[in-house]
Amino acid sequence: MRDRFIQTLCQIVEKDPRVMLITGDLGFAVLDEYRRRFPRQFINAGVAEQNMTLVATGMALEGHVVFTYSIGNFPTLRALEMIRNDAAYHGANVKVVSVGGGFSYGALGISHHATEDLAIMRSLPGVTCVSPTSLGEVTEATKAIAQTPGACFLRLDKDKGPDGPTDEPFVLGRPRVLRRGHDVALIVTGGILSEVVKAADELERVGISASIYAVHTIKPVEPGRLVEAARTHRALVTVEEHTIHGGLGGLVLETLADAGTCFGKFLRIGLDGCFSSVVGSQAYLRTTYDMDAASIVRRTQKLLLS
Amino acid sequence: MNTQELAKRVRIHVLHMTSRGGSSHIAAAFSIADILAVLYGGGVMRYDSRQPRWADRDRFILSKGHAGAAVYATLAELGFFPTEELEKHYHDGSIFSGHVSHKGVPGVELSTGSLGHGLGVGVGMAKALQLAGNPARIFVLLSDGECDEGTIWEAALFAQHHQLDNLVAIIDYNKIQSLAPVAETLQLEPFRAKWESFNWSVREVNGHDHEALAAALTNLPEKPGKPTVVIAHTTKGKGVSFMENAVLWHYRTARGEEFDRALAELERT
Repeated sequence: MRDRFIQTLCQIVEKDPRVMLITGDLGFAVLDEYRRRFPRQFINAGVAEQNMTLVATGMALEGHVVFTYSIGNFPTLRALEMIRNDAAYHGANVKVVSVGGGFSYGALGISHHATEDLAIMRSLPGVTCVSPTSLGEVTEATKAIAQTPGACFLRLDKDKGPDGPTDEPFVLGRPRVLRRGHDVALIVTGGILSEVVKAADELERVGISASIYAVHTIKPVEPGRLVEAARTHRALVTVEEHTIHGGLGGLVLETLADAGTCFGKFLRIGLDGCFSSVVGSQAYLRTTYDMDAASIVRRTQKLLLS
Repeated sequence: MNTQELAKRVRIHVLHMTSRGGSSHIAAAFSIADILAVLYGGGVMRYDSRQPRWADRDRFILSKGHAGAAVYATLAELGFFPTEELEKHYHDGSIFSGHVSHKGVPGVELSTGSLGHGLGVGVGMAKALQLAGNPARIFVLLSDGECDEGTIWEAALFAQHHQLDNLVAIIDYNKIQSLAPVAETLQLEPFRAKWESFNWSVREVNGHDHEALAAALTNLPEKPGKPTVVIAHTTKGKGVSFMENAVLWHYRTARGEEFDRALAELERT
């Protein structure tokens, strides 16, 4: 997802001299082509994410569209108050890009796991939050946030997600229906879509028909598709490589409650109030924390039988 | 209006504003009244109060947002909005929050209040102006206690690395912070040497001496390619004898007899 983001950004920068990329001293090799082609639109702010965000705000207030770039929680939680008070409150065109959503950085450890960022970022007024589920969505999301006024957050996963074609156009804020079934709706954000697709295939084999809703935009969200999912399935399962508190699961429940929609059985799959302190790869951690394809199948079956 | 008269009016406005609104930070606002008077009224900054967003204006950021009352008063006196508006300071439904706010207030570039934000944003503005070849300058007014924040030093590193000689930081060095003197809280000295070691040009000045302030804030940059910091030695609560150098007046609101005494002292100046 990271490489796709940079490729897309290069296409945008070619046509728009206002766009700047500021990195917090990360992106070894990845940013080489960008730096070579657009030296005047590139800044390495050093290992100083708070100042990176402040500088980005200042430049944005002077007319630039500024992408800040770092990994994990560094461009978000580390600089949270700068995103809130400066970028978001002033409606500045600062686009916060975090590479490594969820367990992307696997065995590097807890400091590098971004597992609360969606909940925290989506609580900030005026901040558009995007968490693509596939490479195609990375391209679309990058273009979309470059055009969206104000502060935005783009969360990129190491898992590139399945890159199958879809008939549905990308519209910021509108979940996409990737597969239509009738028993359970699997509602997902981020690259963990790859596990959800495998889970849906397996559920199909055991006679359970699953829909897949890709919630690439966490904020804002049009309620229509989620309401439709609730009305047409007897169970809803949200899947996120993130805490279940305040993230996608919370978002779906809030949206349905606000819309006055009745729904059937409901399960939030994600981290349940714990730190991911086990050491292991992204795949290993997904299994450990019961959110890999097999776990999604097992937990969905249990939900339907409950 | 000369700068002495402007500073006097600003202090009197601030006394009325904080008293009416029941707000705090009067001493922090008095501390910077002379700096603001010289910046805005002494021909240092280029601006047009009828065109607050003029592209070539010098930008001013109050990073010590708690002294917002002094900025509102200065802007009103210089015609950015009517002085009568100041009566709404800190009131329900007002646009004038205790910490300086840009929303609906002409002339305020940045809302602040959480310390350590203004310099970094000013640095970003200075970088953008440098890239655009715009000759405008950025003036950022900081407090001394604010220099406890790590972000000040992140911004200081960035500014010198990018040779932002269109950036001027002014430090209101009144040597008293929220609970106690700076020296008893987190020692900043050797302060000048810290900035010099960060590769900034440093000027030190009596922050209440208008001629000295005007000299320190003009003919900048001191060295091409270097940002400048003006360390302004000030007296917290300057202008009212019983507020000067007293930690209490970071928070206290002048009312009744205290208000009358303060007003009498300010009007005598």
